Amino acid sequence: MELKLADYKSDLAPDWCPGCGDYGILSALQMALYKLKIEPSRAVLVSGIGCSAKTVHYAATYGIHTLHGRPLPVAQGVKLANPELSVIAMAGDGDGMGIGAGHFIGAGRRNPDLLYLIFNNAVYGMTKGQASPTLELGAQPKSLARPNIQNKVNPLMLAFAAGFTFIARGYAYDVKKLAHLMELGLRHRGLAMIDVLQPCPTYNNLHTREWFAPRIYDVAAEGYDPLVPREMSDEERAERMGRFTTKAGEWGERIPTGVFWQAQLPSFEERLGEYLPGYPADAPASRPPGGEAERVSALMRGHRVAQ
Amino acid sequence: MEDYTWRVGGPQGGGIETAATLFAQALARGGWWVSARREYHSNIMGRHSYLDVRATRRPTRAFFERVDLLAALDAETLVRHLGEVKPGGVLVHDPEAARLPLSKLAMLDSAAYRRIAVALGGGDPLVQEALERYRDEGVHLVPLALEPLAREAGEAAGADAITARKTLNTVAVAASLALLGYPLELLEGALEAHFAAKPGVAELNRRVAAEVYARVEPLKEGHLEPVGSPGKRIYINGSHASAMGKVAAGLGFMSYYPITPATDEPFYLEAHPESGVLVVQVEDELAAVNMAIGASMAGARAALTTSGPGFALMTESLGFAGLTETPLVISLYQRGGPSTGLPTRTEQGDLRFALGAGHGDYPRAVLASESVADNFHDAALAMNLAQRFQLPVIHLTDKYLASQTRTLEPFDVAAIEPDPGVQAREAAGVFPRFSLNAEGGVSPRIPVGTPGAGYWITSDEHDEIGHITEDPELRDAMMEKRAAKMDALKEWLGADAMYRAWNPGADILVLGWGSTGGVALEAMTGLDLGYIQVRFLLPFPDLEELISGKKLVVLEYNQSGQFAHLLTQETGRKPEHLIVKYNGRPMTIEEVRAAFEAVLSGTAPQYMVLRGGV
Ligand SMILES: Cc1ncc(C[n+]2csc(CCOP(=O)(O)OP(=O)(O)O)c2C)c(N)n1
Ligand code: SF4
Ligand SMILES: [Mg+2]
Repeated sequence: MELKLADYKSDLAPDWCPGCGDYGILSALQMALYKLKIEPSRAVLVSGIGCSAKTVHYAATYGIHTLHGRPLPVAQGVKLANPELSVIAMAGDGDGMGIGAGHFIGAGRRNPDLLYLIFNNAVYGMTKGQASPTLELGAQPKSLARPNIQNKVNPLMLAFAAGFTFIARGYAYDVKKLAHLMELGLRHRGLAMIDVLQPCPTYNNLHTREWFAPRIYDVAAEGYDPLVPREMSDEERAERMGRFTTKAGEWGERIPTGVFWQAQLPSFEERLGEYLPGYPADAPASRPPGGEAERVSALMRGHRVAQ
Repeated sequence: MEDYTWRVGGPQGGGIETAATLFAQALARGGWWVSARREYHSNIMGRHSYLDVRATRRPTRAFFERVDLLAALDAETLVRHLGEVKPGGVLVHDPEAARLPLSKLAMLDSAAYRRIAVALGGGDPLVQEALERYRDEGVHLVPLALEPLAREAGEAAGADAITARKTLNTVAVAASLALLGYPLELLEGALEAHFAAKPGVAELNRRVAAEVYARVEPLKEGHLEPVGSPGKRIYINGSHASAMGKVAAGLGFMSYYPITPATDEPFYLEAHPESGVLVVQVEDELAAVNMAIGASMAGARAALTTSGPGFALMTESLGFAGLTETPLVISLYQRGGPSTGLPTRTEQGDLRFALGAGHGDYPRAVLASESVADNFHDAALAMNLAQRFQLPVIHLTDKYLASQTRTLEPFDVAAIEPDPGVQAREAAGVFPRFSLNAEGGVSPRIPVGTPGAGYWITSDEHDEIGHITEDPELRDAMMEKRAAKMDALKEWLGADAMYRAWNPGADILVLGWGSTGGVALEAMTGLDLGYIQVRFLLPFPDLEELISGKKLVVLEYNQSGQFAHLLTQETGRKPEHLIVKYNGRPMTIEEVRAAFEAVLSGTAPQYMVLRGGV
């Protein structure tokens, strides 16, 4: 049966505030899955806790709404157990850059084949607008009692330092472009992160549609090439890192979006396969039951007093 | 000889573990049942560490405080183990050590220094004083300079000085076995097996062993002889047994963050890909538990191992597994708490924590292993319970069992049938994963990613297809459905799986759980006592009838009597005596027997603390 875009929509109506950027992210994800003809039952969406985390309930795929900060480990567990699945992890900026930031680094070092979306609204939406780790120093959205006295973390830079092999930024109100970025991220073999600028009209009265509109631009339009060859000379590497840092660090009058970095490195699944016979084809969740007694017998042989 | 204990002590990292393995294997090859235990500091090199190897003609369950032969590889061992060699036993020591004053033993901490100095008459006594004490207690002293012996024997076997020194462990074992008149061939066999991957090293050690045998005269009496053949016996520790039990029940995924003494299990599986287990070392325990939960949701049988500090970090996710009805097994290797506590010492301090970990009410099972063999069977049972009842299962074990190695008959793997857990590999449409139409609270389960279907899982309260709900009726229905699993699980288990009883007709019953069982049973040999090993702490077995009208004694490894409180909570009975130990050292047969005798003679207080151990 031919898949339709509607096949990716669940029967549940979203309960986000009117105008929330999360609507755009949900639509973009459904479009990307549809475009790539990924069977809804072969896609697993994994979120944390927050407004952003509700996204999984609105897609007619499998959805796992985990704990605050934990989408990445759960998503990796699903993926490693059954590498045939398309797994999309998503986190609020509090989820992903605050309480779950340790997993961001852990996942980056592994490079599992996942798409990871950060819903970056610079606030803790669900708990009524406190500063999130991506809010600028000195900024004071309306719920804050005083200006933010902590500095912000840059998800792109952190992703780079952690070893993500695909680093991008999108904008929730530009659904088409965001869908395209997600498509690229899903196609990428390895860990793909998209930092999605997501307006929260209810609590973030600073980063609004009017604020973003004149600032957002696409790095591709300027001829920026994110593809990193496998082999590079030291100079070439330094040059590319410099370019990446300049773009990733740009914030203010102009805010770049698009793909900033894309490198080809073996995925974690491939690396595991070098040590685990049969993996990833023969993975723990997809292999047929049986063979347990033989496995234990093989282990026990190594413990025999006399061979 | 019927029952022989050999102890080797020396600096951590100096290879005494290898020595104990060689000694144990040499005896096991001669048909002895052997068991070994290891005591060590949280330190990589230098601090005092020792191992006991007990050899018997029949399988045993525990260890003695006092040994038949102490091989002291350094002066510190000599002074620390004062009074722990039986009269008529043997002390092998370096004659040079005698001249050292106690203050020259660099790794002797100040508390131990003060205690030993006082015991030896005060001031800064010479080690010689300790040797005299041993002699006064009827111990046979065998001065053997092991290091020069290693050098000479090694060089005679063609090695350079540095390599020769590395054979010190072999020298200690060979010297001990030569003294006991035990056949050299059996040691040679053990050396060959131990160094199988390095034939050159094996050959050097064999030659060194032969040199030592040529130089050391057997004692006049107290010899050890081979008693038969090992048959198919295996020699295995509690960590590896627990790992194998999980594999037998179909383990496919294990994530871990390193922590003593829980990491030996994933480390072992990682080194043995033939286990078929995907092992991932992760960034922290939060990642470990959540990754395992994800793998389980996708249909892999997933398990974790950890100890107190790591388990503390996992608690939020334990409730997540409970609420989302995700099968998950955690082997909790208890060690001395609270906080970092005594990281390399044993305790049973996490019982209350395991029973209550996590916020809110949710079903879980908690069982505790008594022995190395139990670690195998209980790990398998825990896996099957988790699959069958779709809940987290906490398998309590401890450092004492983790670092205990014994000969066992091979595990009966055929007797373990992995529970299928998952009901279908294909379905159509939105699947009611949390269906209220659930016998014993267990809804049919298909893994996430099952082709053709879909559903949601959330850490919020949810409806039958996994969407969030706050509906009061649905909330009650879901809470009750999940809670129903506990009765179903208890019924499925049956009383026999939940506790074991020995001589339950006695007037006085001792109750214990986890690794206290072995020492309790050995210590009560010949005494008019009964023993009940409580295997399941949650659900709790029905013991009321069994204990009715009896005097009760609880034996456990924690200060507050966590199990005693549980017993009172579950049965309304307060034990007449509570015998506890919390200094991190394993209970020995002698001290537990003395406590039991005090109970029988009516001289025992209500609360007794065992304080033995080095
Ligand atoms: C362990 C834990 N701490 C705190 C919370 C409370 N909490 C719920 S949502 C949230 C913040 C969500 O912010 P963010 O991740 O940015 O998501 P958003 O709502 O903005 O999409 C917090 C702190 C929780 N659920 N769990
Ligand atoms: S609070 Fe903000 S992030 Fe949350 S739903 Fe409303 S607009 Fe969206
Ligand atoms: Mg946010």
